[in-house]
Amino acid sequence: MTDDTGNLLFGPQPDVAGAAGYRGAPPRMGFFTDTSVCIGCKACEVACKEWNAIPEDGLELTGMSYDNTQGLGASTWRHVAFIEQRKPLGGQEPGVGHEDVDVFAAAGQLGTSPSSPDPGTTVAEVGSAPAGAPAGAISPVAPDGRTELRWLMSSDVCKHCTHAACLDVCPTGSLFRTEFGTVVVQEDICNGCGYCVPACPYGVIDQRPDDGRAWKCTLCYDRLGVGMEPACAKACPTDSIQFGPLDELRDRAAVGVARLHAAGVTDARLYGEDPGDGVGGDGAFFLLLDEPEVYGLPPDPVVTTRDMPDMWRHAVAAAASLAGLAALSFVRRPR
Amino acid sequence: MAECHPVGFQWVMEAKARGAKVIHVDPRFTRTSALADLHVPLRAGSDIAFLGGIVNYVLSNDKYFRDYVVAYTNGPVVLREDFRDTEDLDGVFSGLDPDTRTYDNSSWQYAGTEVQTASGQRDQDYDERTGGGSSVTEAARGEAHGAGGAKAGGEPERDETLTHPRCVLQVLRRHYARYTPELVERICGVPQDLFREVCELLTENSGRERTTAFAYAVGWTQHTVGVQYIRTAAVLQSLLGNIGRPGGGILALRGHASIQGSTDIPTLFNLLPGYIPMPHAHQQQDLDGFVRADAGRKGYWGNMRSYLVSLLKAYWGDAATAENDFCFDYLPRLTGSHSTYETVMSQLEGTCKGYFLLGENPAVGSANAKLQRLGMANLDWLVVRDFSLIESATWWQDGPEIETGELRTEDIGTEVFFLPAAAHTEKGGTFTNTQRLLQWHHQAVEPPGEARSDLWFTYHLGRIIRQKLAASTDPMDRPLLDLAWGYPTKGRHAEPDAAAVLAEINGHDAEGNPLASYEQLSDDGSTACGCWIYCGVYADGVNQAARRKPGEQQNWVANEWGWAWPANRRILYNRASADPDGKPWSERKALVWWDAERGEWTGHDIADFKKDKAPDHRPRNGATGPEALSGTDAFIMQADGKAWLYVPSGLTDGPLPTHYEPQDSPFPNLLYGQQRNPVRHLPPPHPDNRYQPSAGEPGTEVFPYVATTYRLTEHHTAGGMSRWQPYLAELQPEFFCEVSPELAAERGLDHTGWATIVSARGVIEARVLVTDRVPPLTVHGRALHQVGLPYHWGPNGYSTGDAANELIHMSLDPNTHIQETKAFAVDIRPGRRPRGPAAVELVRAYRTRAGIDDRTGTEL
Repeated sequence: MTDDTGNLLFGPQPDVAGAAGYRGAPPRMGFFTDTSVCIGCKACEVACKEWNAIPEDGLELTGMSYDNTQGLGASTWRHVAFIEQRKPLGGQEPGVGHEDVDVFAAAGQLGTSPSSPDPGTTVAEVGSAPAGAPAGAISPVAPDGRTELRWLMSSDVCKHCTHAACLDVCPTGSLFRTEFGTVVVQEDICNGCGYCVPACPYGVIDQRPDDGRAWKCTLCYDRLGVGMEPACAKACPTDSIQFGPLDELRDRAAVGVARLHAAGVTDARLYGEDPGDGVGGDGAFFLLLDEPEVYGLPPDPVVTTRDMPDMWRHAVAAAASLAGLAALSFVRRPR
Repeated sequence: MAECHPVGFQWVMEAKARGAKVIHVDPRFTRTSALADLHVPLRAGSDIAFLGGIVNYVLSNDKYFRDYVVAYTNGPVVLREDFRDTEDLDGVFSGLDPDTRTYDNSSWQYAGTEVQTASGQRDQDYDERTGGGSSVTEAARGEAHGAGGAKAGGEPERDETLTHPRCVLQVLRRHYARYTPELVERICGVPQDLFREVCELLTENSGRERTTAFAYAVGWTQHTVGVQYIRTAAVLQSLLGNIGRPGGGILALRGHASIQGSTDIPTLFNLLPGYIPMPHAHQQQDLDGFVRADAGRKGYWGNMRSYLVSLLKAYWGDAATAENDFCFDYLPRLTGSHSTYETVMSQLEGTCKGYFLLGENPAVGSANAKLQRLGMANLDWLVVRDFSLIESATWWQDGPEIETGELRTEDIGTEVFFLPAAAHTEKGGTFTNTQRLLQWHHQAVEPPGEARSDLWFTYHLGRIIRQKLAASTDPMDRPLLDLAWGYPTKGRHAEPDAAAVLAEINGHDAEGNPLASYEQLSDDGSTACGCWIYCGVYADGVNQAARRKPGEQQNWVANEWGWAWPANRRILYNRASADPDGKPWSERKALVWWDAERGEWTGHDIADFKKDKAPDHRPRNGATGPEALSGTDAFIMQADGKAWLYVPSGLTDGPLPTHYEPQDSPFPNLLYGQQRNPVRHLPPPHPDNRYQPSAGEPGTEVFPYVATTYRLTEHHTAGGMSRWQPYLAELQPEFFCEVSPELAAERGLDHTGWATIVSARGVIEARVLVTDRVPPLTVHGRALHQVGLPYHWGPNGYSTGDAANELIHMSLDPNTHIQETKAFAVDIRPGRRPRGPAAVELVRAYRTRAGIDDRTGTEL
């Protein structure tokens, strides 16, 4: 095996399209999602569904702030996370919070409540706290009523990994690497085997329950082909979602992070931008204002096929030794 | 703004990237707060106290822009001796008649002269101006909107030292002297240090070198003192020199595409196109009498006759002649207020028998949704044009009153017509945005099925009615039969050509050539113009609104993108961006300036001023209209050419903004004995429109929480455009209320559980979101919890829920007749609401417990 093939599975790979066999490919294209300017409007979610004709996938009030989408899936290719935190946003004026009141504790009682009786049930008498009210658990109002609050919003998407395990494990060739370096699944070829689903280190790709086929963000391959930017980036009003050549986006992102650090937002960091990371860097990377876990992102994703060469080596070695043993057994067969 | 106008918010983000500070004042922490530098939560309904406190800070620390105030505002003008302020009369101004609940505003005028307002109530001085007391209008409730001018020979007395005790600035100083940071804290719940921070940020960012903009939406307008909220901002911005200058202004964020357009070319009962007032029913009133009473004597409203005659020519074409007063008598006459809420009351009385709803869903979106439905149930016919079967089209078969048994389908006589409407992509036309910018949108596809544009509907309705009446000899039908109704149509649906309508609005001369400017309009019938302020939008026969020259190919004002009224000026009153001598206040904020060599105004924008009027120009004695404006009268529409810190004419409820408590408030007015706006507009008593006790009266404690309604990014108004869209419905799938953890604890509300919310009008249920984003406040020294209610939901559609407007009363701003949806009082309790008659019973029980009768809350 050559170094080239090794790089198909792990480590830095500066020429993704070239390694996939394209000659004279355009520069690798991707997304830079700058969550520091995301206003949580969800225009990306709607534009994505409109353009790609993705079905509506459930009307459920989750109680997770304004996030009723919940996560990426077969019918959700852009997902805006909303995280309410008792922390001042960098650059915001600090004030006095009321740290001893925990909205997340209240959220923790989700589903355990007796307060959703049937229609017509008499509600509790006014002024009397109903049984089970967490009156003792939550402290009184802070004297000045001020909250030090920040509301993180972040639009998640398929990372279009440099080393895409979904693609590596796909037995039909439904998943393929495009000339733009992106990873696309073709719904007319997918046979619904589902190997790709556990292969994704981010939990992005998924099967639709009705037909079993796998679906995910195509980075609007059909739009890219005619020189248009992806629908989500087009719809984003604040340029939180930026589309372009990955090299340019990385330069821009570095400037952005430096600016935020200078402004005192020391928590700002890039996620998925490092070609040395476990997936060889993402084609869609992020500027986050907190730890990745806060946004529901894995802190240190690793391409699940990283160890495939080793595994094959082990398998070959095992096969060889088995064959050797077998041969030996013939050799040693007593006459 | 990020929450409700996310696309417009991109420009705030651009400004932020260049160093702008963003302050967000809102009871809840929204997506705007998340991106703001400072979030200031305050009690809903207390904004005048908050803004008045800033005015006090500006005046008592001498932070106002003195040169600007002296030159361009009415700050130096001396008021009449008989004017009494709220400080003198414990919360009311001089001129209040407690029996009619109206003000006689004569004592509010400038000393020694009389000025007419450029907007608002322009018929107030009809009798004095015409010398005849022949009005049949309800007394002193003028609804006209007109023009300005000082009485001949009466220039107002001025004191440019700003020290005369009766000059506006000193009156202002006294009026707000008690609006201290301590008081702001007690009334609004805004801590003093936070309040001072706002004051400092605002004043540091105003003056010669810097400007600050205010942006507001219906959180300001929907109050019994809504107009005065915005007036307080106008006072502040005028004091700080933030009007007519780049980066300044007060921006009304509109709630709907082209709401600006629908006031310019109005859907309002009291306005004609271009803010010409609708005439009132005065006896023997002719065109000249109307103009004499309502036009300004100085400034551009002095030319009102030209604007009106040109409009009448556009309406009635050749039928409008000098001999018949250009068909002035064809115009309807006002006999009082005919706002949407009075229309509902007259439906209930049985005098209003037919109703058109074009893209409007009052059964969900208007205050006191129940009364809206009961009114519709008393009609002969109802026409609903919308995208889907909204609640206003189906209340007769599945509305809440059917469930409670208050209405029975078989008893309802209303004939309901539902007509599907075309979306904006299915028709051509203009949108006018809040900056008065007209942008043309092209039709992309034909409307599906039987869906048609509103233009198609209106044109063909008129065409068919005219056909049916063609043989009529009844003079009542002449206004319809004489209309110039010859619009070209195109396509298989015979769609009227929207560009031809725009061309008619632009206007033409006697030869049919398109006009280029309202300065060309004449009062002799030789020009026709459908809306004088839009004159020029079709200059040279070119659709100027369709221009799309990219920003990078022109200067930063970009006035080759679309077209802005008036005359494509992008910043109104921009003469004020230069000092009295015509030089920019600062290089940094230069916009237009006087070029002495060429003898004209020049600059980045088109000057909102007569191009060749020099800064040192002084009008000759006896000049009227635009001629009477001096070279420093920057506010050219105003009757005195000045920005009004103090409003001598045009408002029904006072010359200076004053803090009053909302109609339903748990708190007393800490500033005055007068609790509420004394002249707020209360419709006649109705059993389903009861008000609640306030201010510690017995029963106040029954509704202890302040509630406010608002929108979410994911939905639009009453939901007709969003609740039926699966992609939007799944993003906010259910009606919810937002409460603090503290309120949840106090009332035993569970996150994602159900809550029942009750007012004296109705009961609704909502899922509960417990969140820090609706913080408790300390008001009047005690903890106040607020309940946040998005108002998008109703029982129909893909995503359903109760309508927040079931809770809200009809109690209106007396100037605009807008409802008070943004601050009211409720009770909240855990669990789902009762169904059927039990729901009505619960509300009744609450009313009984609070001791509510038909007089509650109707005190002066």
